[in-house]
Order: sequence, then C-alpha cells, then structure tokens
Amino acid sequence: MGRQLLINDLDKPGIQTLEGYKACGGYTALDKALKMKPEEIVEEVKKSGLRGRGGAGFPTGMKWSFIAKPPGVPRYLVCNADESEPGTFKDRFLMEKKPHILIEGMIISSFALGANVSYIYIRGEMMYVFHILEKAIQEAYDAGLLGKNIMGSGFDHDLYVHCGAGAYICGEETALIESLEGKRGNPRIKPPFPAVKGVWDCPTVVNNVETIAAVVPITTMGGDEYAKIGIGKSTGTKLISASGHINKPGVYEIELGVPVEEFIYSDKYCGGIRNGKKMKAVVAGGSSVPVLPTDLILKTAKGEPRLMTYESLADGGFQTGTMLGSGGFIVMDEDTSIVKNLWNFTRFYHHESCGQCSPCREGTGWMEKILHKFLDGHASMSDIDLLWDIQGKIEGKTICPLGEAAAWPVAAAIRHFRSEFEEYVKSGKNMKDVKHYYRLNNLETA
Amino acid sequence: MSTSKNIQFSPEALELCQKIMRRYPQGKHKSAILPILHIAQAESNGWLSPEVMDYVAGILRIQPIEVYEVASFYSMFNLKPVGKCVIEVCRTGPCWLLGAEDLVRFIEKKLGIKEGQTTPDGMFTLKTVECLASCGTAPMMQIGETYHENLTFDKCGKILDEYKGKGELVTHWKKEKVKNHSDIKQ
Ligand SMILES: Cc1cc2nc3c(=O)[nH]c(=O)nc-3n(C[C@H](O)[C@H](O)[C@H](O)COP(=O)(O)O)c2cc1C
Ligand code: FES
Repeated sequence: MGRQLLINDLDKPGIQTLEGYKACGGYTALDKALKMKPEEIVEEVKKSGLRGRGGAGFPTGMKWSFIAKPPGVPRYLVCNADESEPGTFKDRFLMEKKPHILIEGMIISSFALGANVSYIYIRGEMMYVFHILEKAIQEAYDAGLLGKNIMGSGFDHDLYVHCGAGAYICGEETALIESLEGKRGNPRIKPPFPAVKGVWDCPTVVNNVETIAAVVPITTMGGDEYAKIGIGKSTGTKLISASGHINKPGVYEIELGVPVEEFIYSDKYCGGIRNGKKMKAVVAGGSSVPVLPTDLILKTAKGEPRLMTYESLADGGFQTGTMLGSGGFIVMDEDTSIVKNLWNFTRFYHHESCGQCSPCREGTGWMEKILHKFLDGHASMSDIDLLWDIQGKIEGKTICPLGEAAAWPVAAAIRHFRSEFEEYVKSGKNMKDVKHYYRLNNLETA
Repeated sequence: MSTSKNIQFSPEALELCQKIMRRYPQGKHKSAILPILHIAQAESNGWLSPEVMDYVAGILRIQPIEVYEVASFYSMFNLKPVGKCVIEVCRTGPCWLLGAEDLVRFIEKKLGIKEGQTTPDGMFTLKTVECLASCGTAPMMQIGETYHENLTFDKCGKILDEYKGKGELVTHWKKEKVKNHSDIKQ
C-alpha cells in the first residue's frame, strides 16, 4: 500500500477524540498555518495540484483564488458532506473515523479564505455522524481551537454542522447553498458563481470533505512535496470507495496512479471478484460516470494499462473512457444485467431530479419507463435508438449537471453493451429469467 | 393552514431549536428549518402533520407554506403517519447488486406488509430509500440513526425482532438526543 495521508492512524487508540488525534500529530498543521499568511496557504494548495474530490476534479487552489473579497462582506466556507452519489462512501468513513481531520482542515481552509464562519453540510441520513462531528467540534472549542483568537493568532472562527434531510441534488453546490438557506434544493443558474454570490448572497467556497481534509497534510508537508505523489496532474492520494462483486469492499486510500488491474485484483485492495466469477463491467467514479466493459477498464483503447488517475480513466473520451469522478468504484460480475442495473440507476435519477428543468424532469422519467419495457420484454429495437435520442437531448440542456449524470450512464450502456439490449428485445426476456443479481439466500427457505 | 394550538414541543426541544437558530447570521434563522423538522419528527411520533408544520412555522417566524414546500421536498420527512420504526432499505445500484431486492421481499414477507405500508400494530413502516453511502457494506438498511450493514435474512430478522421487543419510537434525530442536547454547541 502506498502512503496514506488521510485514513492513516485509524488503529491508534482514541483517534476519534481530540486527545487521540493530537497524539498522532493532529492540529500541528493548524499551528503552522496560523503562523503563515492566508495567501501563502492558498499558494501551497495551488502548488499541491489538489483537485476537488467531490467529483468534478476542479483545482482547489484556483477555486480559492476566485473568491470575491468585497470589503465588509463576510465570506463563507461550506463543506459538502452530502455524499449521496451511489457507490460513494468515503466521506462518511473519514468523518466517522477521524472527525478532527475535517475540523482541522476547515479551520485552515477558512483562515486561508478569510472566512470567520463555516458550515459542514452533512446529509441528514448520516445523523449519527452529525453527532460525532458535534462532539468533536465541542472538544475543539473547549481546547481553544475554535472560537475567538484561535491559538493566540488573532483569528476568530466559528464552525457549525448543518444537517440535510434526504435529497441527492443537495450535493450539487448551488442546491446545497439553497438548502443551507432553508429552502428546497433547487440548483441556481450560474453565473453568478458561489465564489461571488453564494450563501446569503455572500462569497462562498464549497468543497468536498476529502478535499478539505487533504489541506491538512498539504499544510504539513508543503504543496511541492504533496505534488510529488501521484502522476502528472493527478497528484496526491485519493480515497476510493470500492463496492459490488469484489472480495474486499471498503474504502482504500491510494496514491493516484495505481493500475486499475492491480486495484481490482490485488489483495492489498479489492482482492478480485467474489465467488470466483469473472468481471463484466466497472463504474469507476460513482453512478454518474460511463460504465466500461472489462477490456476497456483494464486497458485503454490504445492498449496501455489504465491507471487510477483523472487523465488515464478519461483516456479515449466517452467513446472508450470514463471518469475518476467521486471515486465510487462499482464492480459488476459476469452475472450482472447491465440493462437492469441501468434501469436501477435511471430510476434513481428520475427520483432525484429536482424538477426545475423539463429535459431532466421528463427525460429521466421517459428513460426509466423505456428501460422498464426492456425488463418486461415489451421493448422493440427502435427503443434502443429512442433511449439514445433522449439521453442526448438531456445532456447539456439543464441548469445543473444532474442531467448529464443521468444521461451518461445510458449512453455508455448502449455504446458498450448494445447487444444486451438487443438480446432483451429478441427473446422478449422477462426480468425474472435474467440472472441479474447475486442472491443473498433463497427466500422460500429463509 | 390548520390550527397548531394542540401542538406543544418539550421545553428541551424548544431550547434546542433556539440554539440551532442562533447558528445562522442575524435574520437568516430560516436556515434552521431542516434540523428543526428533524426535531419535530422526534417530538411528533416520527411524522409531520400540517399542524406540526404550522407549529414549526411559528418557531421560525415564517409562513406555513414555507415549511410545507420544504418538508415536501426532502425524502426523510414523513408527511403521513408512520410506524414507531421506519425501516429504510437501500435499493440503489451497489446494494441491489448484492441482494437489496431480496432483502425487501424478505422483510415484506416477515412483516406481512408491502413497501410503503405500516404493520397493523403500528410498529413498522417499510420504506425503500436511495444510496445511504454504505455501499461497501451492502446490503443495508437504516432504522433511525443506526446503519445496519452486511445484512443477511437471518441478521435482518433478528434486528427487527429486537426493535419489536423494545417497542420504542425510533427517529433519525433520536428523542433522547433532543431531550439531552449538551453535545450541541451554541
Ligand atoms: C447532482 C450532483 C450531486 C453532487 N453531489 C455531491 C456530493 O454528494 N458531494 C460532493 O462533494 N460533491 C457533489 N457534487 C459536486 C459539487 O457540485 C461540487 O462540485 C463539489 O462539492 C465541489 O467540491 P470539490 O471541488 O472539493 O470537489 C455533486 C454535483 C452534482 C451535479
Ligand atoms: S447503494 Fe446502498 S448504500 Fe450505496
């Protein structure tokens, strides 16, 4: 296993507590940061090459440098802990196991941005983690790490946790801001971007949990050192949530650049496909990114080994590549029905569409219905083209990228697994006849 | 709009609501609506009646419609009566790959209800929900704040029996954590 900067020391006693975290060197980065100038921290983050870990991969230092600084107007940092992209569970893991690394990252990042108040927006379903964070924040206040004049630096900061209440769309940063303002989670039209007009119309930076946590090791080791980890523009470490038909599902911290094949088959990571099955397909970055068949996930179209980096996974564009996304790595074995899996994801997007934009609101519903026709054995060949047509009419035509998130999986499934759709049509197969998922047990004997 | 004069939260719950409202800038206390609605569910048998929502509007000093439009957007808020325990089974991709569909059928069979229904004794409501960020420990279900992971039929059956044995109301924001909220910072 390579270097671990985020989920290291999890075996140390009391790492969840302030005392345990400090015993492992916690809050020394904050001490260092508070002796620096805010611009210097932004500079280190720029040098580190850190890219947003929430899914879009936007360079964090650059995002920070966009924040508007009108005099007399407060600025806010909001941590996106809404983690609801199917296949992604790294943020929950990190916050539950090591809450103080997020708090330390929040204080350092807020200091760099000149924000005296920040919020962690956590999805409501993770209520127990909300309470873990509350407790950790209380500890930090009691130790003078939050509140007035932190560590004698003259910097004041208040940090609050805010809970959501069940809505995937609230992970989209402007919907999250609306939700934090106490409204429905309808994404805003951009521009203006949050860096200019965010929460309560004030300049706001929204960053993912893992992004903010990564600011801690970057502060400690310096941007240049951090940038030495990884390959090219994929610097540092990344938390990967591995799920599906693998022997060892879980959260893995990898140095960006590990070969995909090693990640799937090595005992250090996923440990291969369960029950001795063969792999059929992988969704590499959360449900929104294009699914790839085995040959294309292991090797690029050029025949080069595919690596766990932003660039390598995207190699070939959407014709033959995919995206690192949020790092939600979902593995499907040979028995999986791509069509039914796609129906499941499409049903999800239909359910989660906020309903503002008609292409997304209506299109996701149509796609779900058509996919259901396939499963019921009522689809015709022209339905494949109809699906293709609809997804193309959603993509790029909505206020927020949920439209793309719903369209891309459909496009990729048709692109790489068209024959499976055709098979459904030809045999009029009923979903009951398709061995489409691993059975826990036989219901009748349970 | 309906009358909320019969609704009264506990003093602890009201104090907690005020504490949370102070976390947002002056005049922006409407932001507290989602946390307060969670507290409201804990105070009102796990669901939000129009009367309860009107009462929340009073706490937040906003119009009732502002509460209705928010409450109806978010899937964790129950706008109809529910059982003491709402079983929320994850039905999304990764859980489904590992048997979530079978798990739902198992629970339906065990409790004699269909998804969306409540048992006649008012103990359980069965809901399916979307990915709960627990895909590495699939299949899973949430009851209140607790994640029950790596489920088998056997394990799931025993868990449900335990809840039934206790017979208590279980909400996301636990009732006891509403009563004792010393962990919540000002
Ligand atoms: C529909 C949708 C859902 C999203 N969900 C999340 C999420 O759960 N967590 C997250 O960090 N980012 C999510 N994002 C991305 C955010 O909009 C935003 O890019 C991110 O929080 C920025 O932080 P980062 O630069 O640190 O990654 C989502 C985006 C969309 C369009
Ligand atoms: S799919 Fe069930 S927790 Fe993610």
